[in-house]
Amino acid sequence: MSIATIGAASVHVDAEGFLTEYDEWNEDLGTQLAARIGIELTDVHWRVINFLRADYQTLGETATLRRVSIQADVPVKELFRLFPGKPAKKMAYIAGLPKPVGCV
Amino acid sequence: MTTTQTAPAVIPDFGDTVSVGRKLAIICSKGNLDMAYPGLILANAALGEGVEVDMFFTFWGFDIITNSRMGDLKFTMLGNTATHMPQGLGGLPGMTAMATHQMRKQIQDVGVPDVPEFLEQIVDSGGHLWACRLSAEMMHLDEADLYEGVEGIISAADFIEKTEGAQILFI
Repeated sequence: MSIATIGAASVHVDAEGFLTEYDEWNEDLGTQLAARIGIELTDVHWRVINFLRADYQTLGETATLRRVSIQADVPVKELFRLFPGKPAKKMAYIAGLPKPVGCV
Repeated sequence: MTTTQTAPAVIPDFGDTVSVGRKLAIICSKGNLDMAYPGLILANAALGEGVEVDMFFTFWGFDIITNSRMGDLKFTMLGNTATHMPQGLGGLPGMTAMATHQMRKQIQDVGVPDVPEFLEQIVDSGGHLWACRLSAEMMHLDEADLYEGVEGIISAADFIEKTEGAQILFI
């Protein structure tokens, strides 16, 4: 874990670049994290990100794709369109959370 | 306190720069409840990692995509020493139903969907489902009998051709 800059902010990140401190994240940072991986955040993106943040606070772990789909009411197909390639990891990255560990 | 120069944070490698995508071919040949899940879970995991997935359902694995059976797969203790129960117990009347019920509950408890819903999630994630032609002919089934997400009934040779360059899992 080290301190690195994202835009003007100095934050704690792990070796892969994921934020490690929940409270260091804010919406502006989320927008910048998304931009770094080529994603421009729309309202639906934000619904997902906000759900992930709130859910992490309750559960203490990052929601899996299936959980996001059901709880935030965004179809799996849509999640793949919003966060192409590796949706679960990308949304966790933007939300400033660790990668999900759940299998399904 | 020491002052250190901070550099811009690294960007995780989400594999977006890889030009040739990884492919996975999963052959599901078993129709027991406990043998259906490994293929489904691995397919789902691979899709979430941006891997292209083709699944081929053959022989007893055909049950996984057959509408009349997919929701009623069973688990038996018989022949499975990993239950650590006396094998004779597994043969008693009602034991398979009980073991199946128990396993379904365990699967549900960890938030894993039942087979039809799992197939739907795989298809929604971009996975491809294929039915084995020989199995369909043996069991006198056609597309109308199969899960709607199945893209076609194809021969083993067709499947091998479709999955050129893929890593293969036989379950």
